[in-house]
Amino acid sequence: MDWMPVLITSGTIGGVGLACGSALALAAKFLSVPEDPKIAELEGILPGVNCGGCGFAGCADYAKAIASGAASVDLCAPGGPDVLKKLAAATGQEATATEKQVAMVLCQGNEHRAVHKHIYNGVADCNAAAMVAGGDMLCTYGCLGYGSCAFVCPVGAIAIKENLATIHPELCIGCKACIKACPRGIIRMVPESRSVHVLCSSKDKGPVAKKACQVACIGCKMCVKLGGEAFEMDGFLAKRNYAIPATSDTAIEKCPGKCIVKIGASEATTQTAPADGAPSGSHA
Amino acid sequence: MRTTQALFKLRGSIHPEYFKGLARDKDIVAMPLPKQLCVSMAQHLGAPAKPIVSKGDHVLKGQRIGEAAGFISAHVHAPTSGTVTAVEDGPTVTGTLALRVVIEPDGQDTPANALPPIKDWTTAGRDTILARIADAGIAGMGGAGFPTRVKLSPPPDKPIDTLIINGAECEPYLTADHRVMLERAEQIWQGCEIMRSLLGVKTVRIAIENNKPEAIKAMQTAIAKADGDVAICILKTEYPQGAEKQQIFATTGREVPSGGLPMDVGCVVENVGTTYAVWDAVVNGNPLIERVTTVTGHPVAEPRNVLARIGTSYADLLAFCGGLTCDAVKIVSGGPMMGIAQSNLETTTTKTTSGLLFLEASRVPEYTSMPCISCGRCVVACPMDLLPAELSNRIEAGDYDAAESLNILDCIECGCCAFICPAHRPLVQHFKMGKSRVILKRRQAQTKS
Ligand code: SF4
Ligand code: SF4
Ligand code: SF4
Repeated sequence: MDWMPVLITSGTIGGVGLACGSALALAAKFLSVPEDPKIAELEGILPGVNCGGCGFAGCADYAKAIASGAASVDLCAPGGPDVLKKLAAATGQEATATEKQVAMVLCQGNEHRAVHKHIYNGVADCNAAAMVAGGDMLCTYGCLGYGSCAFVCPVGAIAIKENLATIHPELCIGCKACIKACPRGIIRMVPESRSVHVLCSSKDKGPVAKKACQVACIGCKMCVKLGGEAFEMDGFLAKRNYAIPATSDTAIEKCPGKCIVKIGASEATTQTAPADGAPSGSHA
Repeated sequence: MRTTQALFKLRGSIHPEYFKGLARDKDIVAMPLPKQLCVSMAQHLGAPAKPIVSKGDHVLKGQRIGEAAGFISAHVHAPTSGTVTAVEDGPTVTGTLALRVVIEPDGQDTPANALPPIKDWTTAGRDTILARIADAGIAGMGGAGFPTRVKLSPPPDKPIDTLIINGAECEPYLTADHRVMLERAEQIWQGCEIMRSLLGVKTVRIAIENNKPEAIKAMQTAIAKADGDVAICILKTEYPQGAEKQQIFATTGREVPSGGLPMDVGCVVENVGTTYAVWDAVVNGNPLIERVTTVTGHPVAEPRNVLARIGTSYADLLAFCGGLTCDAVKIVSGGPMMGIAQSNLETTTTKTTSGLLFLEASRVPEYTSMPCISCGRCVVACPMDLLPAELSNRIEAGDYDAAESLNILDCIECGCCAFICPAHRPLVQHFKMGKSRVILKRRQAQTKS
């Protein structure tokens, strides 16, 4: 066998490889842009989930923004107080830790409780469904259940059960992606330690709301009467005022719409997150 | 007077079944006043009008009840005399809520006579005529509802040389424009002359599909004595000949650039119904308070072309046409291709309601959509030269940036792609959603910067 062609080809390819390799090595040494070591340090502190909740394109981008002074250190929701403290220390900025907020779907209208107004067999996406005659539910405020929120959740914290989205509070990292995806605007950030919620978003008058859903707020103001400042009215819709703890259970029991629920332990006695993680929102 | 064939063939098109025979030969019949009229303030493109009456007020026929809110907006008028019983939120045709004025007619139909007739419009002056068109609240009656006054006063850097009157009516089932051309050809031509003098153009093309020979004949008679470059342009019957950009291409060979408007290529396109409304507003001083709507579909007892006051509920329209003879499973406001599905009959007509269509179960197949089989038929069918298959895959994956760079905003939502797709992909729905997302994103980027 004539080895010459083999040697020539190997030699040529090897030579070209060697030349390119050395060129790259030299380029890396002489053309490199010095990177702020601070960026690497900050990126190391950030949790690396790349959820985008801070408003930047991932953790690395946010680290760059902090290093250049374009962003404050308190924008990373998944990181919580820990990351905040470390970021503050690393940059010498001051920051006070706030309580972790989790997302919650303010609706309980699953397929058994809320009334459908027409059959929809188009794209399984809430935004698409909402564009066809305003959505297939009679209630124009409630959850459509096609899971646009679940689709964008980076950690899979949202489950669609019986056409209703429920968010697992322990899994939620607070990135707010679901809030942006929901065409109904019924997802709200709530303090993690609060356990009593008004799970309805219907601003319709009582009779209208009741016709559309079995678990609707009818605007009777019972909760405000019984629960004091922990509840407030927005027109015909009751809302939780999370600044004030809801200590008594009477409002929950007396609510005729059954739209006030307690998820986990009482607010007054303990500050821990719900022991049983499943949000009982859909089974209240 | 000339009659020409269309110059250019559409890039992509489809040939659906037309079913125009259901109502084609039915004369336009005026519907008696219903018990209640709900006049929406959001009947046109742009900002909804601001109501200027309140509960308890007595209004006269043709009295202004909604004030245009902004440049791209239009006034709204009372369709008859009566008492305002409510000013409240009501459902629009797309299912969103908008303010509406509810009027209980007093049966007298007393006119307000707010706008004096301009018998000799040739000497009235451009500004007077334009002001009249705005005062009469005229908005494009073909479907989009673009305020006509805005369309007829293009900025000075956009010279217009061609006026196209759209009588294609390419949507299956609908025959309202066809009847308007047959029965009001002379008035349409007068309206056309008014707009022509406003725009200062010589060239007029009246575009009609060749499945309406009677309408073509009627319009030919009407333009017999016209001077200047006026011609009926006969289009091949294919969908979507009536789409603005496609029609400009077919009649003039000009292509509206991506993201552009007809005025970018020197054209203004007006629907025949709008043209009639312009004549009526100028010469008779009548604001736009009624229109011809085709109530049709096989389940309808007596399909008709109904001249109804704006604000008539779909239920009243249907009752006037004898109700249903069998179950309808789908109700569409407009035609079957681009119309909007309705979920009840409480919605009321607007200036853009060209048809009300009822479809029986056999014509509304329930199917499951499947993954794209890459057959490419949608690409061939798309009149806008887009890649529907690719677009829809991107949107399904939530990649709106990719959809934007694939020119999703150029999609005219004609439905050719979805019509032809063997995998039953919900293409148009994807695009409607995708477009709204891309527009939202652009708007957010604008407010941020
Ligand atoms: S919460 Fe909003 S996005 Fe999620 S399923 Fe319900 S309507 Fe859709
Ligand atoms: S709906 Fe859009 S993508 Fe589909 S054929 Fe029409 S213009 Fe093309
Ligand atoms: S027609 Fe349907 S199956 Fe064929 S390429 Fe287009 S989307 Fe895919």
